[in-house]
Amino acid sequence: MMDFGFKLSKSATLDLDRADTGRYERLCALEPDARICMNCGSCSATCTAAPFSGMSLRKVILGLQRGQDVRPMLQGCMLCGKCSMVCPRGINTRHLILTLCRIYD
Amino acid sequence: MKENVVVIGGGVAGMEAARQLLLLGYNPILVEQQDHLGGHVAQWNRLFPDMAPAGDLVRRLWDGITDANIFLETRVTSVNRLKDDYLVMLSNGVSISCRAILIASGFKLFDAARKEEYGYGVYDHVVTNADLESWFNGNESDRIPSAPRSVGFVHCVGSRDLKAGNSQCSKVCCITAVKQAIEMKERFPEARVYCFYMDLRLFGKKYEDFYIRAQQEFGIQFIRGRVSEVGETLDGRLQVKAEDTLSGKPLKVQLDLLVLMAGMSCNPDVAELARMARLDIDSDGFLRSLDNTAGIDVSNRPGIFYAGACTGAKTVPETLGEARSAALDIHRYLQGR
Repeated sequence: MMDFGFKLSKSATLDLDRADTGRYERLCALEPDARICMNCGSCSATCTAAPFSGMSLRKVILGLQRGQDVRPMLQGCMLCGKCSMVCPRGINTRHLILTLCRIYD
Repeated sequence: MKENVVVIGGGVAGMEAARQLLLLGYNPILVEQQDHLGGHVAQWNRLFPDMAPAGDLVRRLWDGITDANIFLETRVTSVNRLKDDYLVMLSNGVSISCRAILIASGFKLFDAARKEEYGYGVYDHVVTNADLESWFNGNESDRIPSAPRSVGFVHCVGSRDLKAGNSQCSKVCCITAVKQAIEMKERFPEARVYCFYMDLRLFGKKYEDFYIRAQQEFGIQFIRGRVSEVGETLDGRLQVKAEDTLSGKPLKVQLDLLVLMAGMSCNPDVAELARMARLDIDSDGFLRSLDNTAGIDVSNRPGIFYAGACTGAKTVPETLGEARSAALDIHRYLQGR
C-alpha cells in the first residue's frame, strides 16, 4: 500500500450500543455474583500472574460488560485462587473464571 | 402564657422542631413562604432506604403541629435585637417578640440548566431527580418516554463542582440515583439503566445494601466517569459521552432518558435573613455553625439556632435529628441552663 505519510487511527471509543454483552449476560446467568463486582481491584492487586501477564479479573469483568474479548487476559490466569480470598464482596472468583473459560470454549 | 419561638421554614426540619417545641411547652410560630408545609420532601415520592412514602412522613409531622401557629405564604421582613429579645416582623403584618429563633430555611435544588453540557431545558428527555419524583407521584409528563430502552443517571450535577460555586458533596444524590434507577428498572424491566458517577458515596445505613441490590437484582450498570456532553440524534434520542475511567477509554451510548441528580445548594433567601439577623455565612454560602462537630445547630447570635439543610446538605433522618436537638438546645437556652 502506498505510504501517503499519514495513517487513519481506529477510534478507541467504547460504543455501548454496539457492544456485544452476550458473554457477560451468560456469565451472569451462571454466576450471578459477577454482577456485584464493584471494581475495587483487590483481585488484581493480589494476583500472582498480573505483574507478568496482564491478567486482571477486574478488567476481565469490566471488559465483558463493554463487549470486549478478554481471552488474552484469561489465558494468564493460573487458577491459584488467591483473588477469591480478598474479594470484599465474597465473589467466588476462581469459580467465576472457570465458568467464563467454559463460556469461551 | 407559653413562650413564643419563631421557626423560619416549614420543611421537615421546621415541622419536626415545632412539634418538639410544642411538646416542651412552648408556642412555636412556623413561618413558611410557600403555600404548603413539608418543603422538598412534600414533592418527593418515596424515601430511601425503606421506600416509605414521603407523604406519610409529612402527614405525621402535620399531625404533631396542629396546635402550632402556622403562617403560610409569609416571609420574614425584619429581625431586630431589642435587649434580650428579638422582634420578628412578618410580611402579613404580624410582629412577634421572642427570645429564641430557629432557622430551618433549607436548601435550593441546584438549577441543572446551569450545567449547559447536559442540555437540561434544551433536550426534552433530559430531566432532573425532582422531575422524576414528580412523575413518580403521578404527575403526567411527556418528557418521560413511555417505553425507554435505556435510561441514564448523572451523579453530582452542581455538587462537588467548584466552577458552579458549589464545592460540597450533596450527600443524598448517590443513594437517590440508586433508588431512582431501581424504581425505573421496576417500571421498565427491559430497559438498560446506567449510573454515571465520580465516586459512589453510599455512607448511610442500608445504602450499600441498596447498591448491591441495584447491581444484583436489577443489573444496573455503574460507569465511573462524569458525563461530559449530551447531544441529540436525528431520531430524537440522547447521545451521551463520558470517559469510562475504569477502562481508560472514552465511551458513548444512546439513551431515551437522562436524569440529572441536581444537588443541594444554599437557599439564596438566607443571605437577606443573615443580613437582618447578623448571622455568619460560611464559605459555601450556607449558614455558618458555631462549631461543625458539636454545635452544628448553634449560630453566632444568642438565641438563634439552626436545623436541617440551611447549614449544608443533609439527609432526612439527619435533618429530623437536628430539629430535635435544636428544639432541646432552645429549651435549655430559654431555661437559662
